[in-house]
This record gives sequence, C-alpha cells and structure tokens, in this order.
Amino acid sequence: MLGTLRFAQPTNYPETTMKLPNFPKPLARFVSTLPSWPASRAFVAAGNLVAWPSLRDLDWSHVAGRRFRVQVSDLGLKLYFSVHANGFRALHNGLADVTFTATAQDFARLALRLEDPDTLFFNRRLLIEGDTDLGLTVKNMLDAVELETATAGMPVGMGRVVMKLRHLALK
Amino acid sequence: MSALLELICPAGSLPALKAAVDNGADGVYLGLKDNTNARNFSGLNFDAKALAEGIRYAHNKGVKVLMALNTYPQPDTVSRWHQAVDTAATSGLDAIILADPGLMAYARKVHPNLRLHLSVQGSATSYEAVNFYRERFGIQRAVLPRVLSLPQVENVVNNTDVEIELFGFGGLCVMVEGRCLLSSYACGDSPNTFGACSPGHAVRWQQTPKGMETRLNGVLIDRYADDEKAGYPTLCKGRFDVQGETYYALEEPTSLNSMEMLPEMARLGIAAIKIEGRQRSPAYVAQVTQVWRAAIDAVKKDMAAFKPGSFKPEAAWMAQLNKVSEGSMSTLGAYYRPWK
Ligand code: SF4
Repeated sequence: MLGTLRFAQPTNYPETTMKLPNFPKPLARFVSTLPSWPASRAFVAAGNLVAWPSLRDLDWSHVAGRRFRVQVSDLGLKLYFSVHANGFRALHNGLADVTFTATAQDFARLALRLEDPDTLFFNRRLLIEGDTDLGLTVKNMLDAVELETATAGMPVGMGRVVMKLRHLALK
Repeated sequence: MSALLELICPAGSLPALKAAVDNGADGVYLGLKDNTNARNFSGLNFDAKALAEGIRYAHNKGVKVLMALNTYPQPDTVSRWHQAVDTAATSGLDAIILADPGLMAYARKVHPNLRLHLSVQGSATSYEAVNFYRERFGIQRAVLPRVLSLPQVENVVNNTDVEIELFGFGGLCVMVEGRCLLSSYACGDSPNTFGACSPGHAVRWQQTPKGMETRLNGVLIDRYADDEKAGYPTLCKGRFDVQGETYYALEEPTSLNSMEMLPEMARLGIAAIKIEGRQRSPAYVAQVTQVWRAAIDAVKKDMAAFKPGSFKPEAAWMAQLNKVSEGSMSTLGAYYRPWK
C-alpha cells in the first residue's frame, strides 16, 4: 500500500506569489540598528491603536500574560510583548513562551490574509518555536476575526489602506 | 438531478466559511469547539453564535453546511456527542458526517429527518460496508477512504445507491483512516477520541545548527535541512532510523491532489469532492476553493470532451495547489495505481 506514494510529483511549476511592495533596503538597514525595547514599545503602541479595538472582545484568558517574541528575520528586528485585558504590553528582552520568525514581507502577507501560515511553514518561511499550542491558539483566534471587523476598528483611513493593499496584492 | 462533483470545502472559522462560500464552494463542512470532531485544536472551530451566522451566510447564497462529528464517543462523555447531534438537528444544518455507528443509531432514532453522511473515518472501503450503513442507519452519502484506486471506487459506485464523495485535495493521512493509533504512541491521545493527531501541546519545533527539528512529546520525528520543505508534525510523516538507514519509512510529507482525475470521477457519477483542511486559514480556503471551482466547471462544461487521461489541469492551478501543499508537492495517491 505504501508504494502508492511513489507517485509524488516534484514541484516544477513556477511559484505563484502575489506581490506586495518590498521593504526598502535603506529603511531595513536603519530598522536593524534599532534596539529591541524601543522597537517593542513602538510596535505595541501601534498595535494598541490599530488592531486592539477589533481584538479586545476575544477571549484572551488562555493567552494573557504569556510572552511573545516576533523576529523579523530580514530586518534583524526582535519584538517582545504580551497581551492583557487592556491591550498589548511591551516587554524587555528575555525569555519568550513562543517565538514567530519570518520576513517583514511574509508577516505583512499573513496580516493581510494573503497567505496561510501552514503554507509558509511548509515552505520554511515561517518558524514557530516554543509553546506550539500557544502559537496555534493565537493563530486560530486571529483567523476567526473578520477582516471587515478588523478594518472597521482601525483609525480613520487606515482600514481603507489595508483593504486597498490586499486588493492590489490579490490582483 | 442527483448531485455531481459538488465542491465541499473546509471551514475552521467564520472567515474561512465565508471564503469558501465567496469562492464557489457548493458546501462547507465545519466542527464544534470540542473533541466531537477530528480537528480539535485550540481556538479553532465554531461556537453557537458563529455556527448560526455561518449557516445564515451560506444558506443565503445557496451553499450547504455540513457538520463533522467524526470522532468516537467514549462511554463517560457520550452525552457531549448526543448534544452535538441535537445542535446540528435544530440549527438547520444540511447534514452531519459521522463515523461511529452508535452515534448514527442515536441520530436516526432521535432525528429521523437529519441527513447522515458516513465519514472517511468510518473506513468503509467496500460496497458491502457502505450498504450496511445505508440499511441500518439510512446514510445518504459515504466519503471513501483514500486507500482505493479508481477502479475500486467504481466497483463501490456500481453496487450502491449511496452517494459517493471522494477526497480531492489536502493533507494525506497514512491511509488507515479511523484506525490510526500512531499519534497515541507518542502523545497518549488517539486522534479518534481526542480529536487531533499530534495536538499542539505535544509539538515542538526548534531551529538547531543541524536544521529545524520537529518533536512530538520529546520524540524526534524529523530534522529538515534549510533547503528542505516541511510537513505536518505527524508520526506517519517522520523520518526514522530503519536498520541503519534514516528515511520516510511510512509516507513522505505530501498532499493529495486528484484534480487530473476529475473527468473520470465525473464519469463514475461521484457526488462530491472534498477538500481537506479545517485547521488552515481563510487564505488557504480561498485559494484552493477558487482553483477547484474553476477545474470542476471546466470538466462539467464539456464532459464528453475528456477521454481518460486527457484532462490537463492548468499549470497555474497546479502551481497554486502545490504551493499550499505539505512538503510543497502533491500526489495522486492511491487513485492512480495499476495494482490492487
Ligand atoms: S499519524 Fe498520520 S495517518 Fe495517523 S492519524 Fe495522524 S496524520 Fe493520519
């Protein structure tokens, strides 16, 4: 029965990746020189402003206080934060319960719902280290938020930019 | 007219359900937030509110909603499964997908009008088995396990009135559906009762100087070099040391893709094609549904035009499907094999 799997076809089809604008190189170089703590604070401030309004109603009880690290590999950027009933909180460097590593472009594609995390994982473009269940829980919680709800909660104009970017990339 | 090549797509969340509906699914299947279904992962699946909204959204657009209740109830918690059947019956769902005969008996007795589908986890590979479920429990559709070749499928179809559903695309189980205990060896939880193979709490990934390691409850199941594509952290897709040689001893990380065989499936009168992946994100559901909708439409449009083996799916479709596949590659699996 196992012989059936010899029919696996190698991938010789061209890659079909919907394009997003690349992170400009000089900016990337600048970002990589930023120390983690101010970067984490900036990230958290932006997250609380842009994303939190649509996330506050989720049940964060299993996630509250757990330590997240987001590593943007091409920018050499490490962000540390946790989630609480009143929003994201920046953390000083240290141990994280779960770490997500990907490029800025791929994180953006995930955030815009253009790509599925499993796909990026199979292609070795996303790495989840530490508490897998925690990572999976957050991924599934975010997946369950409707894009319209998320963009509606964003500051004026921002939601439209997000939808526009998504639309452009899908074309 | 009876169903022909209905496209049945997975939904692990409301946005995924909407993605399936918006991209051309004929039906979506989903599960509740507990171990009554085989994708029992934290944060995934539907609560009462999402279920009601999902059914409303799908039915508004003429799309069916099916509920997977495809795990095996245990004596002390059987009421949970009964409740799930009751929920399905009262919520206006179009069918439930069951594997356990006891649960079928319950559904049949308490909700005689509820449409029953036999899950792939029921592992019915012969028409005798399928007809047995029809006779005893009145099932109207059976999802056949991915162990059968197409001629074997044909033999089932020709000898039963039950509608037959086949897998079209997605992660591949090692082909002993409903009977696999591999995960329990490492985790102590069987997918058929716990509702998840390789549950998240048991999985650890770690980048090491030798490559990315996957562990299941501490057991090293694979190590990927930087240029190697990865698969799901299941034991069946691990590389093992067998008499001094380390290789994929059971199965490679790869997804099933039976698209090339669509005309043959149409000719056999296959009622529905199932897409695997309730654990995946809305982006996957949208991408895969779109491609399969296009392929099924192409085949249905001119069924007579396709001689066996003459259907060539568009390269862009196959590229899209391979991209989202485990190990970034796909196989026709057992459907195409010259031997039985
Ligand atoms: S170990 Fe593999 S074959 Fe067994 S249930 Fe899990 S995925 Fe399926």
